[in-house]
Amino acid sequence: MNSVGDGQLTFQFSAAERVEQILSQYPDKRSATLPLLHLAQEQVGYLTSAAIETVAELVEVHPGEIMDTVSFYTMFYTKPKGRNHIQVCQTLSCSLNGADSLVDHISEKYKIAPGEVSQDGKISLVKVECLGSCDTAPVIRINDSYYEGMTVEKFDKIVESF
Amino acid sequence: MAVFKPILTRYIHRKDSHTLSGYKNVGGYKALEKMFKTMAPDEVIEEVKASNLRGRGGAGFPTGVKWGFIPKDSQKPTYLICNADEGEPGTFKDRLLLSKAPHMMLEGMIISSFAIDCHLAFIYIRGEFYQEYKVLEKAVEEAYAANFLGKDILGSGFDLDVVIHRGAGAYICGEEMGLIESLEGKRGWPRIKPPFPAVEGYLMCPTIVNNVETLACLPHILNRGADWFKSIGSEKGSGPKLYCISGRVNNPGVYEEPLGILLTDLIFKRGRGLIDGRELKAVFPGGSSSAILRADEIDGLQMDFDSLSAAKTMLGSAGVIVMDETVDMVSVCLNIARFYEHESCGQCTPCREGTTWLVKILNRIYQGKGSLNDIDMIFEITDNIGGLIDPEASGGSFGKTICPFGEAVAWPIRSFVEKFEEEFIAYVEKGVDVS
Repeated sequence: MNSVGDGQLTFQFSAAERVEQILSQYPDKRSATLPLLHLAQEQVGYLTSAAIETVAELVEVHPGEIMDTVSFYTMFYTKPKGRNHIQVCQTLSCSLNGADSLVDHISEKYKIAPGEVSQDGKISLVKVECLGSCDTAPVIRINDSYYEGMTVEKFDKIVESF
Repeated sequence: MAVFKPILTRYIHRKDSHTLSGYKNVGGYKALEKMFKTMAPDEVIEEVKASNLRGRGGAGFPTGVKWGFIPKDSQKPTYLICNADEGEPGTFKDRLLLSKAPHMMLEGMIISSFAIDCHLAFIYIRGEFYQEYKVLEKAVEEAYAANFLGKDILGSGFDLDVVIHRGAGAYICGEEMGLIESLEGKRGWPRIKPPFPAVEGYLMCPTIVNNVETLACLPHILNRGADWFKSIGSEKGSGPKLYCISGRVNNPGVYEEPLGILLTDLIFKRGRGLIDGRELKAVFPGGSSSAILRADEIDGLQMDFDSLSAAKTMLGSAGVIVMDETVDMVSVCLNIARFYEHESCGQCTPCREGTTWLVKILNRIYQGKGSLNDIDMIFEITDNIGGLIDPEASGGSFGKTICPFGEAVAWPIRSFVEKFEEEFIAYVEKGVDVS
């Protein structure tokens, strides 16, 4: 398979029990693919080729098949993200309520374009599609948490703690 | 008509509404006791059929009828999947239930599982809903500890395990066949139907996929009976419904009302009208996959499956997105086209290529570099992806793609150009924002 450009040649799940528990929940091994990928990504921050090969071995399919799955989903990353991964919803209700100016503000503040990671690795920015919180638009997600009813001022306040 | 009291969201303002004790305090899990004591699986199916409950995920298919499609002579295990992959733009109702009433949904899952003889059920929750996943994880844990899940539930002899499965960011996995492929660990490429999942779904076994809100209705139907449920709403659609309102309204949110409430009541009463008192220009009645309605098309329009389909759009996920007079329709159309381009799974040529073309053409028009031919081209492309909105005029030319995503792109995009053609023409002729 193609290397995903990480340089980390080995991978081992640190939570072996959790791996066993995930595998035991499904009637077949391959169904454990997504949860195992999530677990690996939580551990390293993104999916290295070694992690993908480890998951492939556990669910007994060719690593290329796992790579195929990984490439389909926007939440799986094959490159490091920033420690604070900012996801700005750009779909209609958020767009109607000012999402574009949020993206511009964040881009300018950290000198990064959407899709990039700041030089110190602290911040990454992506534009994402509907986050399913349209009543509190515009919405952003930082790592695993939603921040709703965003304004430029609110954003600046939130990131003070970073 | 009597004042409608919310059923699904009645207690969600309580701090402990998401906990087992909070749910039990308001009568939770009583339907389960009643079912195990007094009903056989077939009777549950009949009761749900009689209630006229139609799926709340978007397609509006009768739930009891869907359950009835499971082959009686199947030797394979049956699976239930709760579809919590909410991702339709303008829709955020399932997220509310997941975070505030997870046990209501779980009780519904146990009822559904009992009806279809399922002993392993999954909750497929969209990956972004991490906080909701944590709430759900706790709820499942509590349900196991109280023997509402696990072996021999409440001494009934019925066993059920529930597994929470997180998605990873793909709109198409809300489509039931895409969801099943994703659960199997693959890319979420929908399968050709038939066979329908009730016959060959997860791991080629009979599988029922029910939406969160659909499942949350079940305890109430068992508790209070099919006739009571049927008496809410109109003959065109029964029961309570969660409506989502967003966009340029003063009071966006989730509102529970009977099926068939007036769209104007939703926008102007519950949503308290438009921001800064502006005029309404257009509205998506049922998520971004529904054809838009102009302000002059909504008087007296009821929000139920049949009324909206008669108005050549759909109830879909009941995600109402409101656009005011200042909104530029070309830019909104481009925003929506870009969403579908990004979310097309890439399996079928008309959709994969068509969505890319649509974005290119709409971008060109938006930048003032389009031609009148481009407008004709949008009609041609949308027809190639998903047929016409009007079923009669289309001569039955639906189903050009494996899944309904094709129609979900074609109908709204086409409706923008049909209903606001003058704005597209103005962009072409003057290259300016005309709003």
